[in-house]
Amino acid sequence: MEPTLLRFILRHSLRQQIGVVVLTLVSFPFLYYSLDLPKTIINQAIGGKNLPAAVFGFPVDQVSYLMFLSGVFLILVFVNGGFKYAINVVKGRLGERMLRRFRYELYTRILRFPLFHFRRVSQGELIPMITAEVEPLGGYIGDAIAQPIFQGGTLLTIVAFMFIQDPILGAAAVSLYPIQGYIIPRLQRRVNRLGKERVKAVRKLAEQIGESVSGVQEIRAHDGARWQLARFTHQLGLIYDIRYEIFRRKFFVKFLNNFINQLTPFFFYSIGGYLVIQGSLSFGALVAVLAAYKDLASPWKELLDYYQQKEDNRIKYEQIAEQFQPEGMLDESLMAPDAETLDRIEGDLHASGLTLVEEDGKAVLESVSLQLPIAGLKLAVVGPEGQGKDQLALLLARLVPPSGGQIQIGGRDLLALPTSVVGRRLAYVGPSAYVFSSSLRDNLLFGVTHGPVGQPVDEGEDAALAATRRREAELAGNSPDDLRADWVDKREAGVADAAGLLDRLCRLLERVDLEADVYQLGLRGAVDPRRRPDVAESLLAARRSLRERLASADLAHLVEPFDRGAYNTNATVAENLVFGTPFGTAFDLDRLAEHPYVVSVLDATGLSDTLIDTGRKVAETMVELFADLPPDNPFFDQFSFISADDLPEFQALLARVGRETPSAMKPEDRQRLMSLPFKLINARHRLGLVDEDLQRRIVEARGAFASGLPADLGREIEFFDSERYNVAASLQDNVLFGKLAYGQAQAASRVGLVVTEVLDKLGLRPVVLEVGLDFAVGIGGSRLTQAQRQKLAVARALLRRPDLLILNQAIGALDGAAQGRVLTQVLEETGGRGLIWVLSRPQWAKQFERVIVVKGGRIVEQGSYAELDRPGTALTELIKQD
Amino acid sequence: MSLAEEVALLKSIPLFAKIEPSKLKLLAFTSERLAFDPDQELFRQGDPGDAAYLVIDGEVSISIDAPAAPTGRIEVAKLGRGAIVGEIAILCDVPRTATVIARGKTVTLRISKELFFRLITEFPQIAVEVMRELAHRLEKTNLQLREARTGKPH
Repeated sequence: MEPTLLRFILRHSLRQQIGVVVLTLVSFPFLYYSLDLPKTIINQAIGGKNLPAAVFGFPVDQVSYLMFLSGVFLILVFVNGGFKYAINVVKGRLGERMLRRFRYELYTRILRFPLFHFRRVSQGELIPMITAEVEPLGGYIGDAIAQPIFQGGTLLTIVAFMFIQDPILGAAAVSLYPIQGYIIPRLQRRVNRLGKERVKAVRKLAEQIGESVSGVQEIRAHDGARWQLARFTHQLGLIYDIRYEIFRRKFFVKFLNNFINQLTPFFFYSIGGYLVIQGSLSFGALVAVLAAYKDLASPWKELLDYYQQKEDNRIKYEQIAEQFQPEGMLDESLMAPDAETLDRIEGDLHASGLTLVEEDGKAVLESVSLQLPIAGLKLAVVGPEGQGKDQLALLLARLVPPSGGQIQIGGRDLLALPTSVVGRRLAYVGPSAYVFSSSLRDNLLFGVTHGPVGQPVDEGEDAALAATRRREAELAGNSPDDLRADWVDKREAGVADAAGLLDRLCRLLERVDLEADVYQLGLRGAVDPRRRPDVAESLLAARRSLRERLASADLAHLVEPFDRGAYNTNATVAENLVFGTPFGTAFDLDRLAEHPYVVSVLDATGLSDTLIDTGRKVAETMVELFADLPPDNPFFDQFSFISADDLPEFQALLARVGRETPSAMKPEDRQRLMSLPFKLINARHRLGLVDEDLQRRIVEARGAFASGLPADLGREIEFFDSERYNVAASLQDNVLFGKLAYGQAQAASRVGLVVTEVLDKLGLRPVVLEVGLDFAVGIGGSRLTQAQRQKLAVARALLRRPDLLILNQAIGALDGAAQGRVLTQVLEETGGRGLIWVLSRPQWAKQFERVIVVKGGRIVEQGSYAELDRPGTALTELIKQD
Repeated sequence: MSLAEEVALLKSIPLFAKIEPSKLKLLAFTSERLAFDPDQELFRQGDPGDAAYLVIDGEVSISIDAPAAPTGRIEVAKLGRGAIVGEIAILCDVPRTATVIARGKTVTLRISKELFFRLITEFPQIAVEVMRELAHRLEKTNLQLREARTGKPH
């Protein structure tokens, strides 16, 4: 990266800058004429002196000459405006391209940072640098060369004009510039220093925010908010002080400038006026000079602003650039997109004299040497915590460079191999492997997503747009790769097509003990029937099949199916009324009583008063049951329709309305009471309040609700229809198409088994898994458990069949039985390829052919398990301690 | 069966006979009514205990593991309507001491551990009734033990 901003600008945009400058220079003659013209208009056309007889051969009188000159003036206004516009656009584009390039360059560098650098620099610092801090650079870079030339040129043009009019006036106009030129940079220097401090302080602030976000659990759990707030306040205070100081100084510079600028007209009026009175200066010339001076103020101000901006940006660039060149960065060429690839690494893994010294000078690994054939290698690395086994894994995966020694793999120097070999033929999974915020599938495929495979198929406008995008990306030195291309390298995954890939993913899910979890996620997921009509169709078949299967297994009483003509006693009153799944928030089933359309339907069907009466009974029952309980009793949360806080209010309401008929109640009382019965589930609450008559009437109202639904609200609900796939509901609910019966022991698990059985029988298990693979895992995989994330990471590494897989305590979060299963499966899956496993528990080593014991930064033992499995060895000792 | 009927039923059970109806209503409302199919297990010996069951309708069979028996367990009692089962595990915080199986279609009221303790602490009558019931069982066990020792029936 270029050490200074100027060099960065010249290196990457010299040609474009020259273009801007040329455009700027071309505009000057027009500017000059537009300045000169007023004088001619006033002196010749209006004043009538030296009137020419003809223009371009056409005879003119005073009026037509005036009109002609005014017309020329108007054209010049246009031309000047046009130049300004064109120059601004070109400059803006230039600036954006450079900003884009700079950001890309910085991001590339983050990807190349040595891992240990991330111990020193936090996300909170890096993010604002690339996002907010560089933003002003774009605006400046467009101006960097052209602005001083343009404004300086304008200034010179105007000054020259004034000198030509009258040397004394010209001298008067610029007389104070040297003073300004001397004082301003001096004042500016102090502002620059403060600017640097400000940037640092804001980074600290960002770092603290980032830390609070990551550590919010601890802050809450230890009541640390006050300390955090005090720290934050302190930091804000520092920033406040700096900013206050900066703008105080900036405004002072401005004040000084304004004052000096106002001094000049003083000279014009006094000296210029005197000269006109004396007759040695024409009145027209003085007016023109005054007009020119007015124009002079603007470029001068721009120049000063430019100077301030230049200083700001120079500092910013240097400060950022300095942060992005840590020692030990991965060499650029190793990450080049066209670097060599290998189909297979064969031969030995040969490490000699490996040493790793931490920053504090402590050696965590010392002269470690080993030589093992890669093919079929099954090596267990065991050892006490924190004595080098971790670091050995990181070194062998080339994630950390050794401080000394060599690693050769297949006869090649590991450190000199490009990432396109190391990151494809080797794989590493650490204890807290990161899961990206996308779907499970994308995370699994991440391991075979290295570069685009083939080009995206574009047609017509899309192709043109894509071409423009690519050209722009190249102009800014960005990645030319198209995101919409197919990036999944199926060959590396060892499959031929999409179906094969899905098979393989399902197989790997089994291997890492994740299949059942993904299956459950799939059941809770949704399918878009427009995209997968076949799947929707099969699920409808599963729905019918489930019904039969439940009947034949004598389990039909565990599910109450949806039936448009019948009340579902296991659903709430609200669900029975709407009889569908709401898409968005328009119909919130918890607040149905407030929805105007619902109220209108209930009024029209005469249900309102009945429901309000029912609500009154619910309220009475709740008051009777819960009034004596203390408000903090957990029963309120679990069972009551009315929260402990609201209970007194309802008591008062009941007392107020007494035995009044619902129609006599106040509207707000009606609404409060009406909201209660909507949550009633007959089979669960057994209050006997929704009797058969009311059930019949609700089913009738259900019909009215559906038939009268306005078109715009129609899109908010997917009605239950036994012959249609419900887009808004989960896969499981679609198959179930009903409600689990309350009060039936283990209904959910018994029905769940039948659902699984039916889906398996119809061959839908892969489909469910496929839907499960679409599950969005959340930020950092937060919607998965730690164990699920670890399994996912192992599967991700297995997918691409690396020649050497290095697992570093990668499944520690799994329970013991699952660890054993996954270990066996992974050993089997890697087959003839190499596997090095740093084990968290030494007894697992029994399943490996070779074992090395790392202790105190050295290999203290190596050999087959059988050789080491005898009294007195370090391995036996470790197993005993575990 | 509605809540009101459940309350009437609870009232007819000695354990709850002396408790005012509104409290019984709360008990019924906050407990889950759970129906079991014939031969379905309520719980199995050795499982952690989280609830007691009050038999509302039907009959349950209580058996303990006995590896020597042909079915692997021997039935020690049959209990019907009004009986409470599973209270030992939640009172003493031990795993289930027996397996309970529904003999026919059986309906129970599942009283969670939390609710059970609340009932006992809030209503001394229930505590006394539970004690009485447990004492009866102990007495019965002692009797059986004596019979087994002396080898002659009572």
